[in-house]
Amino acid sequence: MTHNMSVDLCGVRLKNPVMTASGTFGSGAEFSEFFDLNRLGAVVTKGVASTPWEGNPTPRICETPSGMLNAIGLQNPGFEVFAGRDLKFLEETLLPDEEPAEEGSLALSSGMTGTKVVVNVCGHSEEEYLDCVEKLSGERRVDFLEINISCPNVREGGIAFGTDPKGVERITAAVRKAARQPVIMKLSPNVTSIAEIARAAEAGGADALSLINTLTGMKIDVERRTFALANRTGGLSGPAIHPVAVRMVYECAKAVRIPVIGMGGIRTAEDALEMIMAGATAVSVGTVSFHDQRAALGVIDGIEDYLERHCVPDVRDLIGCVR
Amino acid sequence: MKYTEKAIVLECDEIGTRIFSLRLRTEHIAAAALPGQFVSVYANDSARLLPRPISICEADPKSGVLRLVFRIAGQGTKEFSQLKPGESVKITGPLGNGFPVDAARGKRVFAIGGGIGIPPMLELSKRLTEDGQDVTAVLGFRDELILLEDFPCRTVIATEDGSRGTKGNVLDAIREIDLDADVIYACGPIPMLRALKEYASARETECWLSMEEKMACGIGACLSCVCSSTKIDEHSRVRNKRVCTEGPVFLSTEIIL
Ligand SMILES: Cc1cc2nc3c(=O)[nH]c(=O)nc-3n(C[C@H](O)[C@H](O)[C@H](O)COP(=O)(O)OP(=O)(O)OC[C@H]3O[C@@H](n4cnc5c(N)ncnc54)[C@H](O)[C@@H]3O)c2cc1C
Ligand SMILES: Cc1cc2nc3c(=O)[nH]c(=O)nc-3n(C[C@H](O)[C@H](O)[C@H](O)COP(=O)(O)O)c2cc1C
Ligand code: FES
Repeated sequence: MTHNMSVDLCGVRLKNPVMTASGTFGSGAEFSEFFDLNRLGAVVTKGVASTPWEGNPTPRICETPSGMLNAIGLQNPGFEVFAGRDLKFLEETLLPDEEPAEEGSLALSSGMTGTKVVVNVCGHSEEEYLDCVEKLSGERRVDFLEINISCPNVREGGIAFGTDPKGVERITAAVRKAARQPVIMKLSPNVTSIAEIARAAEAGGADALSLINTLTGMKIDVERRTFALANRTGGLSGPAIHPVAVRMVYECAKAVRIPVIGMGGIRTAEDALEMIMAGATAVSVGTVSFHDQRAALGVIDGIEDYLERHCVPDVRDLIGCVR
Repeated sequence: MKYTEKAIVLECDEIGTRIFSLRLRTEHIAAAALPGQFVSVYANDSARLLPRPISICEADPKSGVLRLVFRIAGQGTKEFSQLKPGESVKITGPLGNGFPVDAARGKRVFAIGGGIGIPPMLELSKRLTEDGQDVTAVLGFRDELILLEDFPCRTVIATEDGSRGTKGNVLDAIREIDLDADVIYACGPIPMLRALKEYASARETECWLSMEEKMACGIGACLSCVCSSTKIDEHSRVRNKRVCTEGPVFLSTEIIL
């Protein structure tokens, strides 16, 4: 029996539901030495702004039990270099969609669908987000925009937009208007009710949601009697946050009609399936790629294996199957 | 080319107090390794997600044997110290740029190592010596000496307590022996690197420093490991450089310490 692994995300077909998580996979080039990126459902690139950002002072990261804290501060080379180098790399590396062999044959399952490109966007202000979104609208190889309104590591913009429902609705509507590609709003878990934020993004016209971004945390280095990170606080990611993420994906998937992309601590296919059963249409593998460069492939293979073992013909049958 | 391998442990010996020498059989990594490059070593306990960067102390391309020398600094290195022959450990490498050995051709070289910065100076000294270069290894220890017998070249020693060689640091030793060099390669604690940067700048000596920073991916993807650079970096387009990729070895004039 062949199993269908492909899913539909805002009218765009992904060959399988597994993508990478922004900021944990560089531009893809760094990981392409370890596996063929064409196996992924989509590559999600590191947050890019219209101009280069320096990021935070070091130490920017520290390890925590089954996770890590980061305060990179959205360092990025700016739109121009991103488009001329990183996007170009992806364009050259990722095979395009193949035309269906014959009339009416849907390019389901393997091989036929190319790996998609999701570009994650950040900004200090609404104008900066819009500037970058407009520039990206002209880039044909960009299949989706993921708008990071939830980074806990930049003081202005970022999180301020992400924690207030009115602000979320406004920025979503503005981005939606400026964007040519489907818009995925990336939500912060550092709020009282993530379902309320999800509804605000939907009301603003978001095509999809992705969650969760990192949970704000702090670590103190007791030997040095100071903060482990120069930024004092950082975002917690990795397997430690997975149950929190599953709960939030479940709540948001119930609260909105648009698709949800689940992420947060996914290490294995089982972790990804939890997200899917909680209502996620696709998943992102993040921090675990630092522990195992090929982790996303393991998740893809593991999901296929699960479909086989449980005689499930279509991965889409599992989306939101636990209510 | 970078490789991720299950390397086989050949030996893991305590060669100093809490300092271990780990010999691994690798398929590709030892053959591809250059002095000054490093490997990411992964803990078996997946609660410790991040790889530990450890410098290449020796690499034999023929036998595929890689030697790492490390100090127990926390739980990860403690786990590695308990590896037994026959067991395997996951590593990725070789990573980073390594020391530019060609810059030494026909010049007098100081290979300076301080403390746990000594291991990478061993492979460097071996390659330079094999190349017929005039190399002096200047090694700074607290009190206990490690790896000294393994160096194939002239060595100069400084100890903090004065039990061997010059009492003081590597710069005190250099001043005492009254030797000079045209190129300096160094690895060690930041205060030592800072002092060498100043020393080199005053004498207009070419000076290459190996830097350390906390790492998450080790392969240039996460931007955890940056150091400040004097100029806009070609890759990042801001004033910082990735230690894991553009480094760990930098020209002293390129970076701000
Ligand atoms: C390029 C490079 C080469 C190195 N080469 C050697 C070597 O040859 N021998 C040796 O003994 N040590 C070396 N180190 C330092 C070594 O990486 C740390 O001692 C080790 O990571 C500590 O891990 P741990 O789990 O024992 O300690 P913990 O303190 O429990 O580690 C917690 C986290 O902090 C990170 N960390 C802690 N100290 C350092 C450090 N000094 N530098 C970078 N990350 C750190 C760990 O990787 C881990 O992610 C090198 C570091 C770098 C950056
Ligand atoms: C080092 C690092 C950098 C990140 N950078 C970004 C970023 O630029 N934009 C963004 O939206 N999320 C960023 N994230 C958040 C991840 O995409 C993801 O939402 C989060 O880490 C949870 O997933 P995980 O536990 O699988 O890593 C970053 C996470 C890490 C660990
Ligand atoms: S450790 Fe990830 S970029 Fe250097």
